[in-house]
Amino acid sequence: MCTTCGCAEGDTKIEGHGHSHDHDHHHDHHDHAEHGQSHHASHAPGLSQSRILRIEQDILSKNNAYAAENRRQFSRRGMLVLNLVSSPGSGKTTLLTRTLTDLKHELPMAVIEGDQQTLLDAERIRATGAHAIQINTGKGCHLDAHMVGHALESLQTEDRSVLFIENVGNLVCPASFDLGEAHKVVILSVTEGEDKPLKYPDMFHAADLMLLNKTDLLPHLQFDVDQCIANARRVNPGIKVLQLSATTGEGMAQWYQWLQATRAVTLIGHVATAAGE
Amino acid sequence: MHEMSLCEGVVQLIEEQATVQQFTSVKTVRLEIGALAGVETEAMRFSFDAVARGTIADGARLEIIDIAGRATCPACTRTVDICARFDGCPACGHYPLELIAGDEMRIKELEVQ
Repeated sequence: MCTTCGCAEGDTKIEGHGHSHDHDHHHDHHDHAEHGQSHHASHAPGLSQSRILRIEQDILSKNNAYAAENRRQFSRRGMLVLNLVSSPGSGKTTLLTRTLTDLKHELPMAVIEGDQQTLLDAERIRATGAHAIQINTGKGCHLDAHMVGHALESLQTEDRSVLFIENVGNLVCPASFDLGEAHKVVILSVTEGEDKPLKYPDMFHAADLMLLNKTDLLPHLQFDVDQCIANARRVNPGIKVLQLSATTGEGMAQWYQWLQATRAVTLIGHVATAAGE
Repeated sequence: MHEMSLCEGVVQLIEEQATVQQFTSVKTVRLEIGALAGVETEAMRFSFDAVARGTIADGARLEIIDIAGRATCPACTRTVDICARFDGCPACGHYPLELIAGDEMRIKELEVQ
């Protein structure tokens, strides 16, 4: 167990993060706030009889506190942070490597890679020249805000940059865990079936943007694009949808436009904050 | 299986409470879990026993209070029961509905000694 923030890392391994337990790394992204909302329903001091404590505390409150701390850091530094979520095999890493290659002269970018095992994805990302760090969750099926906070201690990121967090391939669990991102971006490939948004509604509900990937394969498939988008909008009427192929590059320009525009909005806030300080 | 992490969150919150509220054992943990919270309550029970082992919550009984999904319809203003996020209004067919209950995952109370 980490003695500073009490984290029991379990199977989680962050690349380059030794986490030896006499460590001195400063968890300055943690506020360790005590939660003060509990009340005694009955309290008999000194007696060992049972009592009821009303807690009324969200189970995710600890994760949410870490996420809020991450978000404060991102906001202070003018960073646009995107949490990329999808099933395994939707093409997230291909989408990222292409994006990093195409925009490397236009945007400062870095990547946090989440997978259960291996450093393969971070290596693919680093081959583009971008900074990347791998988090291996071991048996864990999602990244949480605490892991991301630790990864940020080791990952070199620039102020006013774009940070992509590639979550573990899983359309269920990552929906519940806020990492401090500005937007969840859900990637769905046309080889998966147009009913995915209805089968996994929580994820499509939580996302602001859906990238419908591998559109180059549409001629070979029976995939109803309109039905798929209608299903996504049924779960989340405000979701924005872009169709693209990270392999052929078709439609990628719209995604880059979205990235540039969203980053511009992030920076407007940053300039205002900096001026106000 | 994010239920395992959720249970770890529950045990951490209990351990924090134990320091503040000064108790040494936990008899019962009562959770409120909404029908639309994306939580499998059976997986939660299974995970809780495993995660609580060796902690202050070891041996505690886990009680889960199910909270039904409820929503209001912006079209006909009725309050209705729903089973999924994309359910339409059973009265007028309109969707989306505005969720008012059912996405909770809360520790309601602890019975402690």
